[in-house]
Amino acid sequence: MIQEKYTTVYFSRISVKENDDEMKFNIVYQANLIPMAILKEQLEKFDINYVACNHGEIDILDEISEDHYKQLELSLGKYSIEILYDQKSQLVQRIKNILQEVAYDENQQLLTLSDYLSNQLGLSYGYISYVFTTQTFTSIENFVIMLKIERAKKLIIEGVQSIKEISYTLNYSSVGHFSRQFKKTTGLTISVFKKIVNNRKSKRTVIK
Amino acid sequence: MNTNNDQMNIFLADDDEDDRSLFKLAFDETKLNSNLSLFKSGTELMEYLNQDDIKLPHILFLDLNMPGKTGAQCLAEIKANQKFRNMSVAIYSTSNSDKDIEDTLSGGANIYIHKPNDFQKLKQIIKHVLKINWQYHTSGLNRESFFLSI
Repeated sequence: MIQEKYTTVYFSRISVKENDDEMKFNIVYQANLIPMAILKEQLEKFDINYVACNHGEIDILDEISEDHYKQLELSLGKYSIEILYDQKSQLVQRIKNILQEVAYDENQQLLTLSDYLSNQLGLSYGYISYVFTTQTFTSIENFVIMLKIERAKKLIIEGVQSIKEISYTLNYSSVGHFSRQFKKTTGLTISVFKKIVNNRKSKRTVIK
Repeated sequence: MNTNNDQMNIFLADDDEDDRSLFKLAFDETKLNSNLSLFKSGTELMEYLNQDDIKLPHILFLDLNMPGKTGAQCLAEIKANQKFRNMSVAIYSTSNSDKDIEDTLSGGANIYIHKPNDFQKLKQIIKHVLKINWQYHTSGLNRESFFLSI
């Protein structure tokens, strides 16, 4: 029923000046559009760039400073609009952030990865691993290997360290182990990878 | 209809009808949250891609040997256009020569798939490729050095 989407509000204003005449306004509004309009207004107030998507979703294009964020939350609170967090995707992001740190950590870890995650997030590893896998299509273990190989690629492209040095930097037990995992993950040997990167580079220079 | 933003959008361009239907069958069995569009030739693919206001795929599977516009030509056109910079290209070919692998990856492809003869294998490969590609879309990994050969 279409009517259900609309609510009519009658409100009256007592006029003080004139002879106690009562003025009546009738307004009609679409309840589901109001929060969105308020949200847009508030985002604009704080100069935050956004894109309105389907299903009442808004994509924020900028990083919001913590200060602005608090003010925004407070302003929205006045309209009883609450910011809800998708807890699972938030958790996944936190896991990824920790894994990123781990992959870039030069020092050997004292704890195993599962204990470390569990300690950092205050959740059981079983739950962490379950949420991660259902949300990302990959396992934590495979993701860590991917991050490590990504870092290896970066170091290879930079060309400062030798392959031997890189395998030490990344805590591989040997060059052989590193080479095998690189080949297994990318399907390419390190030397073919280097060749492709160089080919692309020279192509780019030609275009310039 | 599922219009979830997390849905993967996938294109395949292959002139061989059997290869297309096998791919579709294997793809359907992966049961990933994704959406597949098929193209019969490089020309048909590029005509579609060059339209304005279309939803670009997250990943394109591209056959190399097609009559008319070849996969290599499509790849070159795609790489020359900034509009497609967030789209991964997976070469899908019967060849597994080192030269083809090196040439296409050097030419801007991200993935090189040697068409398997075995259906189970095909299923595994598609699933693996889609999962890896998804990580590049969702985890801010560097697509410039995203190469995979299987």
